Amino acid sequence: MAIHVEHDMHRRRFSRNLGLGLVLAGFVALVFALTVVKVTNGARPHANDAKQNSGTFVEPAKTGTQP
Amino acid sequence: MTDIRSFEHHHEAQFGDYVQLLKPRVMSLVVFTALVGLLVAPVSLHPVEAFTAVLFIALGGGASGALNMWWDADIDAIMRRTQSRPIPSGRVQPGEALAIGLALSGISVVMLALATNVLAGALLAFTIFFYVVIYSVWLKRITPQNIVIGGAAGAFPPMIGWVAATGSVSLEAALMFMLIFMWTPPHFWALALFMKSDYGDAKVPMLTETHGRRVTRAHVWWYTVALVPFALALGFTSIGGNVYLAASVLLNALFLRGAWKIWHQDEDAAIADGYKLEKSVFRFSLIYLFLHFTALLVEAGLRGMGGI
Repeated sequence: MAIHVEHDMHRRRFSRNLGLGLVLAGFVALVFALTVVKVTNGARPHANDAKQNSGTFVEPAKTGTQP
Repeated sequence: MTDIRSFEHHHEAQFGDYVQLLKPRVMSLVVFTALVGLLVAPVSLHPVEAFTAVLFIALGGGASGALNMWWDADIDAIMRRTQSRPIPSGRVQPGEALAIGLALSGISVVMLALATNVLAGALLAFTIFFYVVIYSVWLKRITPQNIVIGGAAGAFPPMIGWVAATGSVSLEAALMFMLIFMWTPPHFWALALFMKSDYGDAKVPMLTETHGRRVTRAHVWWYTVALVPFALALGFTSIGGNVYLAASVLLNALFLRGAWKIWHQDEDAAIADGYKLEKSVFRFSLIYLFLHFTALLVEAGLRGMGGI
């Protein structure tokens, strides 16, 4: 059996490959868009932010006098 | 084999066959209810986050559909209604369906958790687990109450949508869950009454086969009665209102009337008129659910405009 460059298998699988390609491209686009949104709206505090204010903060007594 | 002839079998799966594995018709219901759950929530997501959330809730539902088809391939091959599904018809290999189901489950859970929050991802994971393991593998073949329990899987999407937006489960989310959960049994049993099924051949215990049609008719009525309080209660929560309540009272009255007629319908009369009543109640039940969720959307729209 002769093997052609464009075998029948390639033709049969074209729609499947095209569909999968489009899905993957869409997924990449979605992750990119999601990343942009998360970074731009990233007002949420991150766990590491707390380290910038390291050290113990002791609230002064509101009433009474210091001994 | 390295010979190219090994690729020449004719039942090669096309892209559409893989889409069929995800049960697109079920996915459309999941998309709608999840979207409503997300939109009526008091916290609004960025449109991209909301789109991602609904997409992956739907994909998670689709993944559980693929896993269900993988597990049920033996009974799907027996029943006429399901013989043309991708696996029994030979277009997709069982192993492919399993791989796709597992991979999409993982992707959808992780993506939902990343796009919104971990609780929403965990709920989606539980939904997939519930539908595949608790319903498909465990209960579907051993109890005629399978429809009741299976309904829980279909009831989770609006709750997941709500949790995706708010980050927590609330009374509103629980009542949206209960609305679909309690609606499922009368909806499916109305269908079971007029659909000449071959569940018996496949050894799946359906109520019509195990307890008879008379008992099934009574079940349609009593489960509809049990549904009504949950449907109405949603109207008194923060996402309800006058529009929802008016729609719900009317829809529940009509559903109750239909269920009552089904209960008192004579079997011979039903056969004589080709199950006209059962078919109309089944169709109405779809409208019932659709309009309840549409009414919730209307209420959210009115709140957004400051109308109520």
